[in-house]
Amino acid sequence: MSEDKGPKGTSRRGFLAGAAGLAAGSAAPRALADNVKNLPPNVPDWTRALGDGVAVRTYGNPSKHEKHVARRDVSWLTATPESSVSFTPLHQLDGIITPSGLCFERHHSGIAEIDPQDYRLMLHGLVNKPLMLTLADLKRFPRTNKIYFLECAANSGMEWRGAQLNGCQYTHGMVHCVEYTGVPLKVLLEEAGLKTNAKWIMAEGGDAAAMNRSIPLAKALDDCLVAYRMNGEMLRPEQGYPARLVVPGWEGNIWVKWLRRLKVGDQPWETREETAKYTDLLANGKARKHTFVMDAKSVITSPSPQAPLQQKGFTVISGLAWSGRGKVKRVDVSLDGGKNWRSARIDGLVLDKACVRFYFEIDWKGEPLLLQSRAIDESGYAQPTKDDLRKIRGVNSIYHNNGIQTWHLKPDGEVENVEVG
Amino acid sequence: MSKSANAAAFVVLSMLALAAPALAQGKAQKHGFGIGRAATAAEIAGWDIDVRPDGQGAPPGSGSVKAGEEVYAGKCAACHGEFGESAGRWPQVAQGKGTLASHDPVKTVGSYYPYLSSVFDYVRRSMPFGDAQSLGNDELYAVVAYLLFLNDIVDDKFVLSKETWSKVKMPNAGGFFADDRETSEKAFWNPKPCMTNCRSDAKITGRARVIDVTPEDKTPRRGVD
Ligand code: HEC
Repeated sequence: MSEDKGPKGTSRRGFLAGAAGLAAGSAAPRALADNVKNLPPNVPDWTRALGDGVAVRTYGNPSKHEKHVARRDVSWLTATPESSVSFTPLHQLDGIITPSGLCFERHHSGIAEIDPQDYRLMLHGLVNKPLMLTLADLKRFPRTNKIYFLECAANSGMEWRGAQLNGCQYTHGMVHCVEYTGVPLKVLLEEAGLKTNAKWIMAEGGDAAAMNRSIPLAKALDDCLVAYRMNGEMLRPEQGYPARLVVPGWEGNIWVKWLRRLKVGDQPWETREETAKYTDLLANGKARKHTFVMDAKSVITSPSPQAPLQQKGFTVISGLAWSGRGKVKRVDVSLDGGKNWRSARIDGLVLDKACVRFYFEIDWKGEPLLLQSRAIDESGYAQPTKDDLRKIRGVNSIYHNNGIQTWHLKPDGEVENVEVG
Repeated sequence: MSKSANAAAFVVLSMLALAAPALAQGKAQKHGFGIGRAATAAEIAGWDIDVRPDGQGAPPGSGSVKAGEEVYAGKCAACHGEFGESAGRWPQVAQGKGTLASHDPVKTVGSYYPYLSSVFDYVRRSMPFGDAQSLGNDELYAVVAYLLFLNDIVDDKFVLSKETWSKVKMPNAGGFFADDRETSEKAFWNPKPCMTNCRSDAKITGRARVIDVTPEDKTPRRGVD
């Protein structure tokens, strides 16, 4: 790794990225060079000219220089983009809150565009008073603010048979963590009045999939919300505008978006989404169902295949961890593929069923490393290795793959998704 | 009334107004918050489309395998294939028997779905893809009967209705069990996992780049990521 300035004013950073790009082959991004006109002793344009005034950007967007920060899909995964997924660019984010516009998308029939004036939430079944609520009604109830992670049960589902996708955006990007504002579901159920034989509720979406899932009443009365805001703003259309269900710690499919109906019953509905999908097929051909809780999981987001190292020396390894069983208690990091571990530093908020950010600082001398992270939650659950999971579940279960991820950091700074044995 | 008297009255009124909600803080009155209105029977009927395993919620109507063949050919086969085998990359909905324990399980209505309601409820709410909730009740019964026929679950004379609902035996009805992770994966509850010399030297056994299925990222790489 050269510390010299490259030819024609290319910076060290650009040069190194270019060199790394050569080593990486076709998947490597193009390197950028600095523009010397903007560098001292020169005075750049943005220092001379006036910029946009106020109220030009009435609902602001990220800088035009951040266009590469984007949700991305994997086109071969699905037959059609309306029933598909785009992934959170975890490698380009930090902290624990996911910006609303970067939260991964999973739709089954595209994004419903609901006119908030015509939004209705129906609550009926085993209740004393079937209710019809408008969005304005929802906003009148007592409300609460909670930060929760949401992970699709199929996150890392492509990795059961071995390392497949090269980037944490693709291997782990079906997770996000935002602050929700909404009404506790308990408040709404009590408003309608539960009959004594009530045991389950069904939530249904108003999109063209009309997605429906069953939820045990105990969970509905515990911590579920009907949320209409994320990160302070109204829900984004792709996250269920104007209202969605929040089911903390449980698989994302249950967090029904574009929520139009809640029905109270005395048994589960066993819908397609909780039988034919979102059940975990084991090697013997039998499948686990109602595997609602997301097990503890973590991933190093940087360095990672899409975020290679550009320099030797002091390096912050950064990652995310979460658990559906409560708070993340500790995250360990290994540099040698799981032989030796040290605890990472959790930075910032540690909340129930929310993401935590961890950092692990090293002095990288260019030696190859096998990076891993391991989350341990307050229930005492420690994230298992992928092989330990496979021993119990086989490789056909698609869902709930929370095995320890390995990144191979190479001397040129490039990172690859690998399996170790 | 003088201006100041007016103002005084306003202050008193607003104090009263403030006091009342303070008492209500976080608590429903005896009969709830009184927000929203009762849903009418007609409103509920229009949206109440869910069907349970025991057939509760199934609409009136009926449909034969024969009638279903026509519905299927016109509205489903383009994606799911003439025999449910899938056209292109759309989901396969028939056959796959005996594959669940193999290396390549094929999950279909016949091989995997545990209940008739799981498929009936789904087609009712979501199919045909792009024209959801457009099937009449008789069409719905018929096309589901045809899906059962394609999966050798019923014969070609079968007529599906509320009355024949319980006659349908789904082959994989016994294929599921409730989440047992807390017992079968008890070993993962290990609050003090090994920290040093936990394994032999790790060797790379597989690489994503060899598989080469990751979408290309053409965006310029920036030092700030
Ligand atoms: C335009 C293509 C298209 C047409 C036409 C179509 N489907 Fe589908 N079907 C899909 C897609 C896509 C899915 C999966 C959607 C998802 O899971 O998000 C699906 C899923 C299904 C499933 C569930 C499969 C599984 O594995 O769980 C059934 C059953 C089904 N369709 C039946 C029908 C029937 C019956 C019709 C005709 C009335 C029909 N489909 C018409 C595209 C189509």
